[in-house]
Amino acid sequence: MSLLEVKNLQVRVEEREILHGLSLTVNPGEVHAIMGPNGSGKSTLSHVIAGKPGYEVTGGEILFKGENLLEMSPDQRSSKGVFLAFQYPVEIPGVATMTFLRTALNAQRKARGESEFSTPDFLKKVRSVAASLNIPQEMLRRGVNVGFSGGEKKRNEILQMALFEPSLCILDEMDSGLDIDALRVAADGVNALRSPDRAMVVITHYQRLLNYIVPDFVHVMSKGKVVKSGGKELALELEASGYAQFEAAA
Amino acid sequence: MNVVLAKTDTARANSEILAVARDRLPGTGKIADLRRQALEAHERLGLPHRRVEDWKYTDLRVLMREVLPLAAAPDAAALQRAAAALKLHAIAGVRRVVLVDGVFAPDLSETSDLGKDVGIRTLREALETGDAALQAQLFAPDNADSMVALNSALMTDGLVIEIADNAVVPLPLHIVHIASGAPAAMFTRSLIRVGKHASVTLVESYIGAEGAKTYQVHDSLVVAIGDGARLDHVRLIEDSREAFNISSAVVTLGANAHFNTFGMNTGSLVSRYQAVIAVAGEGSRVETNGVNLLNGRQHADTTLFLDHAVPNCSSREIFRAVIDDRGHSVFQGRIIVRPGAQKTDAKMMTRALLLSDEAEADNKPELEIFADDVTCGHGATTGALDDSLLFYLRARGLSEKEAQALLIQAFVGEAIEQIAHDGLRDLAIAAAQRWLAARG
Repeated sequence: MSLLEVKNLQVRVEEREILHGLSLTVNPGEVHAIMGPNGSGKSTLSHVIAGKPGYEVTGGEILFKGENLLEMSPDQRSSKGVFLAFQYPVEIPGVATMTFLRTALNAQRKARGESEFSTPDFLKKVRSVAASLNIPQEMLRRGVNVGFSGGEKKRNEILQMALFEPSLCILDEMDSGLDIDALRVAADGVNALRSPDRAMVVITHYQRLLNYIVPDFVHVMSKGKVVKSGGKELALELEASGYAQFEAAA
Repeated sequence: MNVVLAKTDTARANSEILAVARDRLPGTGKIADLRRQALEAHERLGLPHRRVEDWKYTDLRVLMREVLPLAAAPDAAALQRAAAALKLHAIAGVRRVVLVDGVFAPDLSETSDLGKDVGIRTLREALETGDAALQAQLFAPDNADSMVALNSALMTDGLVIEIADNAVVPLPLHIVHIASGAPAAMFTRSLIRVGKHASVTLVESYIGAEGAKTYQVHDSLVVAIGDGARLDHVRLIEDSREAFNISSAVVTLGANAHFNTFGMNTGSLVSRYQAVIAVAGEGSRVETNGVNLLNGRQHADTTLFLDHAVPNCSSREIFRAVIDDRGHSVFQGRIIVRPGAQKTDAKMMTRALLLSDEAEADNKPELEIFADDVTCGHGATTGALDDSLLFYLRARGLSEKEAQALLIQAFVGEAIEQIAHDGLRDLAIAAAQRWLAARG
């Protein structure tokens, strides 16, 4: 069974249709890149998979491990193993990062009928993951993302990904706002999480990120649809020729 | 027609209250006269209602309707219930003084070993044997306000605390008001004098024993902060969800003095806290922080009057409210800068978080400025929880309620962080969590 099956998905925001029949199949262990120009619907796809309010699905379906994802609340999707790394992680003043991580992890475990982590086990786990991502302990005591640099915010997303161990990771424009060094650290963090049980959908505007996170499949989106799919060489082709040919085709 | 009837009822009830209470009220002679004048003032004014400007949003004729009979002095059973309830607000590392049904309860209090710098006696003692100046100070609150006048007429007990000059009191003094459960009214007044260059923390807690429902707390506090002295003040109201808490404070600051006050209300059906803070000496500083958490039909009114009479002083008022269901929060903040009070720096900010369509927040800032070289301002924000933050939390596995609770805790936490004492801060956090848990 596929991990994620998006079939002929049609989505509206207010009166405007953004996705016009998008299909995508992702199997465990695969890394898919979704590329496309601004406004092609890449982020909309990631939001609809995660369950962000404000989108109306007018047609098609999304199956996750064979279940109807669209019927689930965002928190149910999360505890089932869907993880969206946000393009712009929000700042939550007054909620310490450590408190947030623990509350979230235990909420997911509780939803799956698993026991909550004990404090020492939790701390041990967070510390080891944080160290591997170069996240200082001091950052974990601060409010969630408050005063974090762009790179720190993205690393905090990857920290959560490592901690929650989702089966599907969607990385929405992970490279936006990162310099080359920060990008490398973030990509190393993501690569360390690649596994035969876990799939990743990497959404990006630029080919650059895919030098660091090498995909198995590349899909080009234009005007709310996948217009071309191929292997990793498709990304290089795009880099050379740009999106214009696909916009014409769509 | 209704109003006249209500007033007549109130007046009759009050005469009865005084007749019943007379032998329980400490003080004779001049003090009995002052009580009578105060009761007459209260009867003349009746219960405050919406046409009294200061009480515009808290119409006690509608909300409270009548003053309940004076609570009996607590018997052994009442003290036992109070002792059980005390656990809710018992914290380590404080000197605790307990008032049960408005009467000092020595067996529940821990006042031994206060040291020579801290003098504590009961209001009863002060009114019966205190010197004239102290007694006059106890009657300083103005009869112009009907509920303050009623409190002056019927104050039964309370604490009179004197901190010696230059004393740095290491442990907070904690006054715990406990209602044992009788559907009655308690009238208390406390006073604290902080000597020159002294510093101390005063905490006031208001709780009800298990099963306590409709009762009325009528409390007042007189504060005098000496030159160079500092008072940290914390109020935590966690009364029964059917109780009334009508409290007032009169605070005066000398020169280079510092008053830092934090108030949090998570209990009571109707509460009103009105404070008059007079900055009477140059170089002084006032910080007031507050947060009310309201749901069901809870109503909480915070009315502050900051009086800047002299130059070179600053004041900060930050007031928050979290309002769910049909809760109603009122904040009235009046700042007056008198002629000559140059270089006053006074700011006031209110932030309300509305969790339901029927929640109501009323803010009434008033600035009266009679000096020309000052920095004064006020601001207000009112809104719901941020959808983007809620979605982020839900995408990480928190249910809608859990996500809301975490964001509410964060909003309230920013206020609670102002409390310096660890045990007190934990108590405030626990009270907020109890409110959240009850929200379901």
